[in-house]
Amino acid sequence: MSPPAVTEPSHVVLNEVVRRYEGPPAIHALGSIDLVLRRGEFFSVVGPSGCGKSTLLDVLCGLVRPTSGSVQFEGRELRGEVPDGIGVVFQEDSSMPWLSVRQNVAFGLRTSELSQKEITERVDHAVSFMGLAQFSGHYPAQLSGGMRQRVCIARTLVLRPRLILLDEPFGALDQQTRLLMGDELLRLWRETGATVMLITHALDEAAMLSDRVGVMSARPGRFIDMVETGWPRDRDSRIVSDATFGTVTARLWSSLRAESLKTMGRAA
Amino acid sequence: MSDISLENALSTPTSRRRIRAFDAVVMTLLMLALWQAIGSWTKGVAVSPPLQTFVYLFGLLRTGMFWDHAAATLAAFLLAFGLSALIGLALGLIFGIRRFAGEVAEPMLAGFYTIPKVTLYPVVLLVFGLGMSAKVAFGVMHGLVPMTLFTLGAVRNLPPVLIRTAKVLRLSPGRTMLWILVPACLPDIVNGLRISFSLSLLGVLIGEMFSSQRGLGFLLVNGMAQHNVPLSTAVVTVIVVVAIAANTLMLRVGGRTARRPNP
Repeated sequence: MSPPAVTEPSHVVLNEVVRRYEGPPAIHALGSIDLVLRRGEFFSVVGPSGCGKSTLLDVLCGLVRPTSGSVQFEGRELRGEVPDGIGVVFQEDSSMPWLSVRQNVAFGLRTSELSQKEITERVDHAVSFMGLAQFSGHYPAQLSGGMRQRVCIARTLVLRPRLILLDEPFGALDQQTRLLMGDELLRLWRETGATVMLITHALDEAAMLSDRVGVMSARPGRFIDMVETGWPRDRDSRIVSDATFGTVTARLWSSLRAESLKTMGRAA
Repeated sequence: MSDISLENALSTPTSRRRIRAFDAVVMTLLMLALWQAIGSWTKGVAVSPPLQTFVYLFGLLRTGMFWDHAAATLAAFLLAFGLSALIGLALGLIFGIRRFAGEVAEPMLAGFYTIPKVTLYPVVLLVFGLGMSAKVAFGVMHGLVPMTLFTLGAVRNLPPVLIRTAKVLRLSPGRTMLWILVPACLPDIVNGLRISFSLSLLGVLIGEMFSSQRGLGFLLVNGMAQHNVPLSTAVVTVIVVVAIAANTLMLRVGGRTARRPNP
């Protein structure tokens, strides 16, 4: 997996994207959102509960059409279908309980036209990359929550997506596992050269992993702040002990605090 | 990840196997003792005792007459169960996928499920007449609804994230159904088959008891009418043994599919 050259500046472009849901009750979930994801960057989104973070992800990958505005991926407009080149990891466990770890990982390639040899190589690589080689014959019910989420990431990895979207993938995990999974995610990002967008409610996670963090307002979600972390590409979870780390998380919290209070029905 | 139960905590795997075998033997002996007690208490007028029944059954199994009746029941049952399973599976999938249709159909099916179907048997006879078709129809009336309801429930409870995953992986509707929907619903479908099996058999036997001159149901009623208690007890024994064996087999299959889902 050789990372592509980071030359093209804009990988994904959201232009005045708005998403409303018909009632009753009618909900204005998102927007207007303007966002450009640079090719190869690690971008995170934080925001109060119910602000439309997951809706943003759905719109961005083509699962949901925006009510107005446009989404472009690699220069082509999305029209309510997930295009080739996008991989998504959901918050909920999406491993298939009836398939073994290896079969789960290979599931993503069932419709591919690759040779059996290539499929085997990709699955082997993804399984060992995510540290699942010892468990390739196990079923999800025999694995911990963190390992199941690794299976889901591996299933996305075999597709070699150019854009990886993660919707709070570590939400159900304990703090230590989250830090270690964060390291694995950074390793994956560096090796694949993919653009990554992570939805998270954990400010420290966003600050640790990202090149840039977008802070969203309470519903309807809009970006109210963009924070460049300035971390080197070759980083890991030890960055939490960097003196600047506190500054980044403090900035994120100061942007987010008033919005979080709004969702709780209190004034800032 | 681990199976923590009181039984497991108090035993090792080897002793657990022995305990289960012991339990099975004790339960069987208790059932036989109860059977013997009822036979003795009624002086063989209602139920013949186990030993007498097994001797009679051994002779019955060597007659062509018994196998003719058994074949008639088997044919009607297989048809009824097959139709119940296939139509129930199809209806359950449709009602599960088309939410509004499912919301309309479910209370009607659940209501029909609670009605004693024997009250509708005269209608079945008028529609299908005497013979095979009435037996099969009555079997389907019993077996279809649970199969439909179990499948409907399985589809409705399918985790939405699996459907989102199918969309992200750009699977066609056909592949989504074949690769995700059916395997995800399999444990519930197997349970539906198990219940449908028992009730289809019940429906066919009731049909034979009331309006047929062939089949194990007829043989049973005929034995009672002629006050041939060993015959009726022997037929009941055959039916019970076959039903328990089939149920155990399907429970094992169901257990294998159910072991895989997330705890």
